[in-house]
Amino acid sequence: MMYKKKKVTLFIQCLVDTLYPEVAEAMVSVLEDLGLELDCPTEQTCCGQPAFNAGHQSEARSAAKKFIELFEDAEVIVSPSGSCVNMVKNHYPDLFSADSSMLERARAVAAKTFEFTEFLVDILKVENLDARFPAKVTYHDSCHLNHCLGIHLQPRKLLANIRELEFIEMKDSDKCCGFGGTFAVKYADISSAMLEEKVQNIVDSGATVVTGCDMSCLMNIQGMLSRTKAQVKVMHIAQLLSAK
Amino acid sequence: MELTTKAYKQTAKKAIADPILQSALAGLQSRLGPATASLYENLPEGPDLRAKAHAYRRKAVDNLDIMLVTLAGKIRENGGEVHFAATAKDAVDICLDIAEKNNVKHVVKGKSMVTEEIGLNRALMDKGIEVNETDLGEYIIQLAGEKPSHIVAPAVHKTRKEVGELFTEKLGTPYTDDPPTLTRDARQALRKKFMAADMGISGCNLACAETGHITTVSNEGNIRMATTLPRVHVAFMGMERIAANLEEHQAILRLMSMGAAAQQIGGYVSYIGGPAAVDHADGPQAFHLVIVDNGRSRILADEEFREMLCCIRCGACLNVCPVYGKIGGHSYGSAYTGPVGAVVTPLLGGINEASHLCQGESLCGACRVACPLNLNLPRMLLALRAKLSEGDPRWNVKPKSRPEKMLFQVWSRINQNRKVYDILLKLGRLIQKIMPSSNHMIRRLPWPFSGWTQSRDMKPLAGKTFMELWKEHQGGRS
Repeated sequence: MMYKKKKVTLFIQCLVDTLYPEVAEAMVSVLEDLGLELDCPTEQTCCGQPAFNAGHQSEARSAAKKFIELFEDAEVIVSPSGSCVNMVKNHYPDLFSADSSMLERARAVAAKTFEFTEFLVDILKVENLDARFPAKVTYHDSCHLNHCLGIHLQPRKLLANIRELEFIEMKDSDKCCGFGGTFAVKYADISSAMLEEKVQNIVDSGATVVTGCDMSCLMNIQGMLSRTKAQVKVMHIAQLLSAK
Repeated sequence: MELTTKAYKQTAKKAIADPILQSALAGLQSRLGPATASLYENLPEGPDLRAKAHAYRRKAVDNLDIMLVTLAGKIRENGGEVHFAATAKDAVDICLDIAEKNNVKHVVKGKSMVTEEIGLNRALMDKGIEVNETDLGEYIIQLAGEKPSHIVAPAVHKTRKEVGELFTEKLGTPYTDDPPTLTRDARQALRKKFMAADMGISGCNLACAETGHITTVSNEGNIRMATTLPRVHVAFMGMERIAANLEEHQAILRLMSMGAAAQQIGGYVSYIGGPAAVDHADGPQAFHLVIVDNGRSRILADEEFREMLCCIRCGACLNVCPVYGKIGGHSYGSAYTGPVGAVVTPLLGGINEASHLCQGESLCGACRVACPLNLNLPRMLLALRAKLSEGDPRWNVKPKSRPEKMLFQVWSRINQNRKVYDILLKLGRLIQKIMPSSNHMIRRLPWPFSGWTQSRDMKPLAGKTFMELWKEHQGGRS
């Protein structure tokens, strides 16, 4: 376990920080139980993804610059959000393509940033966290995590080792939930139609909990589950992995 | 078709509410999406072939001038004529001119996207020339007076019943909704058109510079008939549709067949290098190739979008796109639909005019995974959005939304300063108390977030941020 003694710096998605702090706490508890020393720059805010996706590159660049300044001294950066990790890993270098010194710093930060389940399975080589969660659980593959970072086996391996958890694969688990940042607001009809299909697949799976590795998608899904009064709970994978 | 945000939203809304269309789109995607993916996984050459094919296409695009000159030279050597058309109008005029010189009254067409792009049918019909589409799907929608809604399955939005009724009305055949019977009815009607036609028009799926030929692919044999029976054959190709040599051409063609219809290779593949030679039993007396620019040079000149010219219009991205899967092809308001349309239509037709296309996608990246050539469409969607945010004189783009830009500028300032950020969060917590809510969820958000609560509740801000909890946690420990 090459990172065992390294300090892990927490990169907390703004939605988790402000809406779902319990997700970050669950991640902290998993990482601390593994004996890792944690650090958290409390000045951190949003990584700039919403601005970037909406085309506002200069605003995204200022967020990226702040992030790089806050995180570049870290040994390893871990986040409970696939899309934010994708932003740092794949888009920060794009944002600074015309500025060679910033580009180098962006690449250095990108290289040491990992999504939570990727960090556990690929870097720490941990698949069993001795968690116990008695429920029927289904998993939503977030697009940026799956299509852009190639992370889809890691969370499933971790879920497979949770005691008393019955895993149910839903239909089209890898299909977009329709969030897409400002897309959900600007093109609400299209986004809602996509989400309806996702929610139907979740309900049809018979699971009582839907989990994932990105609270953005899970927040979107939770929004419609709540509106339709579906009896399915939304939980981040860290919450399942920290359950005893 | 109208190219406006309003039209896009309205057509999309109608499409979403149409249960027949929804089931057709779901069927198409569940049939073709996974089947294509499994073909890619089992490529005999290994998955690297897709990256290699991307490099082949990129090389062809980077050396387009030499490729086209070589192709044109070889085709002329073989007795064919080659025309370069700078604009849609030029391309149409070249065809009208050929038709006039050859006294053409009846045209049969193989399916071609580029002729949709330039509006060829209308122009021919305005000159009193009868034009018949011969691809079954394309024929159906021509009879119905509609536009294609999918690059390779143009009539996917129509049911068997609708087709049966349409045939009874237009062809006078007894009503049936049995697909083999309907196909036979169409075939019988089309045979007469093939025999009577004096001009055949086709597209070009891919040309090959080394051999000097163009290739057409179909699953019905209709393009083969349209290009060999009439005395004149006019083929249209987008100027980028070329491969350097036969080896690269074959690799791309196979990948295209997989992307388009989850096939190892299309049912009918024709290689056409010129008119019939003296000793040939079949083939046209004259062969014309019209190479269409119509905005492609501008794409070629911009490194950010040049990759788009590597696209071979197979439609694989449509078959996995969750947005296309809900709104169908007609919502895109242009010849090219789905993710490819969302990038190429703004580039060809104006970025401001088609801003809704590049903004109306969720950036999920499924198209990138499905593209047989590994094109990064999401990257180009983002680049288009960036142009709309800041404007770009080179592309004649005006900034799209001042209020949105200002909102993000304010956001950016707040985001820079955690203290201000925290103060606003506190304010947010106060404001959300007066929002309509139930069961710990907010039921209605104000502008600009109101779209969210159209169909979803919103999780309210937590009492404390994680950063606050972390500070307490650290304080408790030391």
